[in-house]
Amino acid sequence: MSNPTSPTLAAVVAEPVEKGNSLWHDAWLRLRKNKLAVFGMVTIAVVTVACVAGPWMASYGYEQQDLMNTFAPPNAQHWLGTDQLGRDLLVRLLFGGRVSLGVGLAATFVALTIGVTYGAVSGFFGGKLDALMMRTVDIIYSLPFAIFVILLMVFFGRNIVLLFVAIGAVEWLTMARIVRSQVMAVKKMEFIEAARAIGFGRRRIIFRHILPNILGPIIVYTALTIPGVMMLESFLSFLGLGVQPPMSSWGVLIKDGAEKMEEYHWLLVYPAALFSLTLLSLNFVGDGLRDALDVRSSKD
Amino acid sequence: MLRFITSRLLQSLLALFLVITATFFMIRFVPGGPFTAEKAVTPEILRNLEAHYGLDKPLWRQYLDYLGSLARGDLGPSFKYPNRTVNEIIADKVPVSAELGGLALGFALVLGVGLGTVAAVRRNTWMDYTASTIGMFGISIPTFVVGPLLVLGFAIHLGWFNASGWYGPLDRVLPAFVLGLAYAAPISRLTRGGMLEVLHQDFIRTARAKGASEFRVVTRHALRGGLLPVVSFLGPAVAGILTGSFVIETIFQIPGIGREFVNSAFNRDYTLVLGTVILYAGLIMTLNLVVDIIQAWMNPKVRLEG
Repeated sequence: MSNPTSPTLAAVVAEPVEKGNSLWHDAWLRLRKNKLAVFGMVTIAVVTVACVAGPWMASYGYEQQDLMNTFAPPNAQHWLGTDQLGRDLLVRLLFGGRVSLGVGLAATFVALTIGVTYGAVSGFFGGKLDALMMRTVDIIYSLPFAIFVILLMVFFGRNIVLLFVAIGAVEWLTMARIVRSQVMAVKKMEFIEAARAIGFGRRRIIFRHILPNILGPIIVYTALTIPGVMMLESFLSFLGLGVQPPMSSWGVLIKDGAEKMEEYHWLLVYPAALFSLTLLSLNFVGDGLRDALDVRSSKD
Repeated sequence: MLRFITSRLLQSLLALFLVITATFFMIRFVPGGPFTAEKAVTPEILRNLEAHYGLDKPLWRQYLDYLGSLARGDLGPSFKYPNRTVNEIIADKVPVSAELGGLALGFALVLGVGLGTVAAVRRNTWMDYTASTIGMFGISIPTFVVGPLLVLGFAIHLGWFNASGWYGPLDRVLPAFVLGLAYAAPISRLTRGGMLEVLHQDFIRTARAKGASEFRVVTRHALRGGLLPVVSFLGPAVAGILTGSFVIETIFQIPGIGREFVNSAFNRDYTLVLGTVILYAGLIMTLNLVVDIIQAWMNPKVRLEG
């Protein structure tokens, strides 16, 4: 039973005892040293706070029109100008951020839940069940999903709940594959054998013993899924299939801006800049987390 | 190897069948039909129209009829373009999208493999960092942001290109660039990773030891192995370039199949929707299959696992 090459043991031995740092603490220190990741975290925090708090503090509503004041360039009353109905771009941008970030988080949560459960079951039980479940994933993977999402949105009206479901349904596949391979690696370790020997049930072993040990990859992949989901949401909104006016999302604003950019460039430039900045930041944080948590790539 | 190809082929066919069936029934269970938007259609005309296109038969009958004509390669008549068949429309629009996709893919490969190789060979120098920064931008910023911004800068302000349209060779530059850029980024990352792994290996040291120039070592010896991750990415990449072209074709007003697909979905043009979905799905699955086979051919380990 006491195998000296066991990874858990090796990790304990390699850890300088006097520091007493946990793996998580080390990861946090590594993350903090990564300038791009810190930049990303700060930016995301600022953007989130602005999007949540901004619309409350603003003197305009996101759908409040001012037809005497359409297409105003950025000025003292409207810091980022107004659109074709005289709506304040800054307020619409911040409000749209709520929608975009909200969809990003909610759809990622859907993908996370389905993907982790599916992958864990498939990897833990193995054998024929695993083969069947993974073949299913392979087949779904090979379907042209962007097309299906577009069809779903066109045919079943454009409601936001469906948007979550459609995006979540696309994004869980990769998560399931990652979790499965991780579970298969962890379930062979001795502490799982020990848990079985004590007589714990399968459910308890999966959720209490295996999943906490593969939290690293799950967190990293979740972080990298959020920008992907936000891109998909705005892609659909850009095609006119996602969030509908008078609501706004970053995709909607970019679409509107692109239509009017010839004369009113600010309508495109500011939404595009904020959206790009947020996506870049999310990716920086995701990459930073991967380097900080994933032992394999941090060696590289 | 034969067994591997056969099982993958069967899997693709099953998936394709699922796509056709799911799409067929999905569009039918939705309120609204191809003729509901038409103004002032009397019930009588509507009945005649439906009879003409076979929409009055029971649904299962229509499904079997469709599969039957599909087996003969006939995708049926379009509902929105009178007197045109889906086959004709597809034959009309596909060359445009294929040209756009081909140019974009070529650009993505040249830029991606080039940047990735340079980054790997000159690892941890400013060249490496520049390449990864470009890659990060390419991965993070979607085409529908880059596209309009470039149009704003290069077409509207500088006036170098037309803002939209698909006439002369100059009209190809911006769309292909934008579409390719998004895929150059992941390709450069994968190339860098693959090359780093290969450059450590013994046969590279052997090649250097026998006096091959660094350029020859990289291009002749390392690239074949280093590009393995890129090859497996090509299936999804080509699929992405195809689906990404919805946006590009919309932004630049290019008369390709991507724009036609989105419009047909809006118009409830049942047969045209199905036709384009089958086209895309078939193409994507064929590509994945080809990639699997190439991968098996390039790496015996994959072949044995399959």
